[in-house]
Amino acid sequence: MSTSTTTRRRGVLGTSALRPDGLPKVQGRFAFSSDAWADNMLWGATLRSPHPHARIVSIDTSGALAINGVSAVITADDVPGQLTYGLISNDQPVFARDVVRFAGEPVAAVAADHPETARRALAAITVVYEVLPALTRAEEALDTGTTPIHPDGNVIRRQRIVRGDQSFAGDVVVEGTYDIGMQDQAFLGLEAALALPDDDGSGVELFVATQWLHEDQKQIAACLGLPLDKVRLTLGGVGGAFGGREDISLQVHCCLLALATGRPIKMQYGREESFFGHIHRHPATIWMRHHADRDGTLRRVEARVLMDGGAYASTSSAVLINAVTHVQGPYRCENATVDGYAVRTNNPPCGAMRGFGVVQACFAHESQMDKLAAACGLDPVTIRLKNAMRTGDRLITGQVVESVAPVERCIRETAALPLPPELSEHPDALQLPGGSGRTARRNNVTRGIGWGVSIKNLMYSEGFDDYATARCRLANGVATLQFATAEVGQGFVVLAQQIARSVLGVDTVLLEPISTAIGSAGSTSASRQTWMSGGAVDGACRLVRERLFEQVAREHHIDPLRLTIDGIDVIDSAGDLRVSVEDASRGLVIDETFEHHHRATEELDENGQGNCHVAFAFVAHRAVVDVDTELGLVKVVQIATAQDVGRVLNPLAALGQVEGGIAQGLGLAVMEEIVLVDGKMRNPSFTDYLLPTALDAPEVVVSMIEEPEPQAPLGAKGIGEPPCISVTPAIVAAIRAATGKDLARVPVRPQDIVFG
Amino acid sequence: MTVINARSVDEALTALRDHPRARLLQGGTDLMVEVNLQRTSVQDVIALRQVSELRRWHVDEQSRAVRIGAGVPYAELERNPLALHLPALAQAARTVGSPQIRAAGSLGGNLGTCSPAGDGLPVLSAMDAVVHLRSATDSRDVSIHDFMLGVKRSARRPDELIVAVTLPLLDGFQGYAKVGTRNAMVISVASACLIHDASEGSIRLAYGAVAPTVVRARNAERWLAANAPLRGRPVFDRALASEFGRRAAEECAPIDDHRSTARYRRHAVAVLAERLLLQASGYGASREHTT
Ligand SMILES: Cc1cc2nc3c(=O)[nH]c(=O)nc-3n(C[C@H](O)[C@H](O)[C@H](O)COP(=O)(O)OP(=O)(O)OC[C@H]3O[C@@H](n4cnc5c(N)ncnc54)[C@H](O)[C@@H]3O)c2cc1C
Repeated sequence: MSTSTTTRRRGVLGTSALRPDGLPKVQGRFAFSSDAWADNMLWGATLRSPHPHARIVSIDTSGALAINGVSAVITADDVPGQLTYGLISNDQPVFARDVVRFAGEPVAAVAADHPETARRALAAITVVYEVLPALTRAEEALDTGTTPIHPDGNVIRRQRIVRGDQSFAGDVVVEGTYDIGMQDQAFLGLEAALALPDDDGSGVELFVATQWLHEDQKQIAACLGLPLDKVRLTLGGVGGAFGGREDISLQVHCCLLALATGRPIKMQYGREESFFGHIHRHPATIWMRHHADRDGTLRRVEARVLMDGGAYASTSSAVLINAVTHVQGPYRCENATVDGYAVRTNNPPCGAMRGFGVVQACFAHESQMDKLAAACGLDPVTIRLKNAMRTGDRLITGQVVESVAPVERCIRETAALPLPPELSEHPDALQLPGGSGRTARRNNVTRGIGWGVSIKNLMYSEGFDDYATARCRLANGVATLQFATAEVGQGFVVLAQQIARSVLGVDTVLLEPISTAIGSAGSTSASRQTWMSGGAVDGACRLVRERLFEQVAREHHIDPLRLTIDGIDVIDSAGDLRVSVEDASRGLVIDETFEHHHRATEELDENGQGNCHVAFAFVAHRAVVDVDTELGLVKVVQIATAQDVGRVLNPLAALGQVEGGIAQGLGLAVMEEIVLVDGKMRNPSFTDYLLPTALDAPEVVVSMIEEPEPQAPLGAKGIGEPPCISVTPAIVAAIRAATGKDLARVPVRPQDIVFG
Repeated sequence: MTVINARSVDEALTALRDHPRARLLQGGTDLMVEVNLQRTSVQDVIALRQVSELRRWHVDEQSRAVRIGAGVPYAELERNPLALHLPALAQAARTVGSPQIRAAGSLGGNLGTCSPAGDGLPVLSAMDAVVHLRSATDSRDVSIHDFMLGVKRSARRPDELIVAVTLPLLDGFQGYAKVGTRNAMVISVASACLIHDASEGSIRLAYGAVAPTVVRARNAERWLAANAPLRGRPVFDRALASEFGRRAAEECAPIDDHRSTARYRRHAVAVLAERLLLQASGYGASREHTT
């Protein structure tokens, strides 16, 4: 805690300013996208394939159209524009036409006067399928003998990384194969949208919960066959995203139905449909071999990364790049031989999720670091300190890490955080593994400690210019901000206000609706919005401030460069002029727009070499777990973490990201998994897709490492993804320490501990 | 769709006779899930919330038994004074869902659904409970063992209401433990209830989620009775407890599903049986009470 005695103004940068959406959310007054409503609206619903792979022989919609209250039934034949969409390649059909490639793929949609009518209409559509053998094993997709299940082929992307001595063999060599299960974003606010057709039917307005309005707009317009300006998007209230709202789900269907019926259409998924309606985290199999000197110095990594992209490409190619380029972890290593594949199968499509490929790589490299430590006779902390990357080190892609890279400090500060107390003699069974099931007593429990450290890229990579736009207007001491940055729960709305207060010396900061009425802000993902949209808001506010200073300077005949903001006043740093921002801006309207671009990046060459990433953030996690070794049940007692954040802009919001990310990483470690059998989901519900509860969430002790990042507009790094990455391997390492088991897959299931 | 708000058992029974396809609604924590998942399309509903007779329980000292109305929520079962009379039932109740679910969910609903993973059912089985059923025309008492027929199948006729269950008041250790893959709010992967009847000198063990219905480990119970004195305050060593668990596990018929594997479930019930028996060992001497 800060011991500074200077009192800071309320709501500026560095304070835990209250979120404008905070109270309404807590009080249940916040309008989520699913609360949207319009007079005269109809309900849309989607018919989905029950088969993971089948030929569509025929679709008969007459039964549905005959139902009273049904206004439209649409299929692939009713898509006026592009028949497919996708974030990177357009390979996913709006509706399946000839063939369905995953169980849950949309085949048709209906609009009706009531959700129940819509449901009956779906049941009245007859689709004749000829079931085809399903390709559900990623390894099989690589087999050249396997028939492609899509015209684009079964390999979405292959990327090798070849660096340094390719025949280097270390004195110490450790090897392992690691499996990562399919995790779901499981955001609580389900997919929902409201589409309003223009009166003349020439365009449509869509209120939708998404992560990137402009990307949605582009894909929707292409499928509708409309110019961009005929598709206008406004952000509906978003209840979490975690990557699961990057791809199109119901957007195109909803707009098509609105245009087909000329009436507002509301669509919303239930929890079960949500599991089919959005992409998931890629399951992966990663083989790694680490070579080191006898003293534990890492010399070479070898890896083979296989990611199951499911039926459509989504962001698989970018996820793969993240996995292969981060596979060395936050450690120096000059020699690397990496081969990575993202393949297509008839499993549900996979794409972006918090950590984006690095989660998978990190579970493998951190498991390996522990093996290496054991082989060298070192402890987990020593081996990591010994190899910790620093600013100026090169990645296996040849890229120099120019970011602040306090890896060593992350580890040391984490190690210095206090351990939890030992279990008492007669602990409450509720606090032991098994929790409310009350299965354990003190003597059934063994404690273990494990470590994980990670490196994560920030922003988009490989030459992509994911810029952000913001506008600031100042009048009568009130600032109004406009941006298209999707507020998905991360708190950008409060950060933007904090920036404006700090830069402009205003108290009141109004926010325009978040919409496509202004230029793109890029996606709320890749830990990028504080940096990118924060940079854009900061830039716009600075331009406004310059104009204000010019005005004040003109009035008082002084050089504008002498002016500065002090609290809520403009002051002359070389004289005694002091005028409040409110007075100075009275009667003026200063309006500026700013685009923030990050520095350019490049694509990887065939050997995986190139400056493909913008910047990096680091974090260390230490997990303490109690394990009922006989039943294989786990209670994560404490997570200690020191995170490289650059600068803390809002302490409470930062803590929220850290604690939330840790809970999500814990979920992957011990319970969260979509179970697939022959391409079909067995647990698409919160009864059986288990998310951590309050009783599963550990105590979290945090140290924020504030070394301002020179490249970042506010000195702050993105903090959204790092918390969930190395916490997973840390927890698994702690379970290994308690049980002595290998545990090469996540989530770790009770049976893996008992029989593994 | 009609919703009938019954005010008494008689009103509910008349309604049930007049609307043979109606669904009974107590806490709704099973029924509404079914409805929301569109597994059931409900025609008529008879709501039992306001039937106060179903929300009562009482102790009959004479027959040493507790009769619990079908609508008594877990929130009441898990607390004193009921928890003092029926500790295993209280422990089972505490493992159910979340506070919200326990405030609404009931034993009657647990029996009505008759899932092998229902947490109340192993306790009823281990305690040889009796289920009281009534229709507009007759009433009958059915042993819990005859009540549960299969996965979500029971001996209840469509025109019958579960009115109450009766459990004996016993001296001796009672324990319930449930294995799930999460520390709270989880459907049982395997569970066990162990009841010691100190005056009769018997130990009874029932399992949940490891067979189409809740099962009693009768062979293991008999083996234990033949190999250890069970009257009063018996003491069991680890070897005996472990053998008891091993034998008991042989009596279940678990399956592989998305929640777990048959192999793990069998292992888990053996561990639970062993642990519960060890907890029962010398019980009372150390005054280890759960409240
Ligand atoms: C989030 C959640 C968590 C849960 N966790 C658990 C858990 O941990 N353990 C567990 O065992 N269960 C759990 N359940 C299931 C449920 O709470 C229990 O089965 C509960 O006992 C049902 O009681 P109810 O009063 O809500 O039943 P209802 O839903 O009202 O009824 C259930 C069924 O019984 C019938 N019925 C109800 N009352 C009577 C009666 N008097 N006579 C005849 N038939 C009747 C109904 O028609 C219906 O078919 C959970 C449910 C949810 C939603």
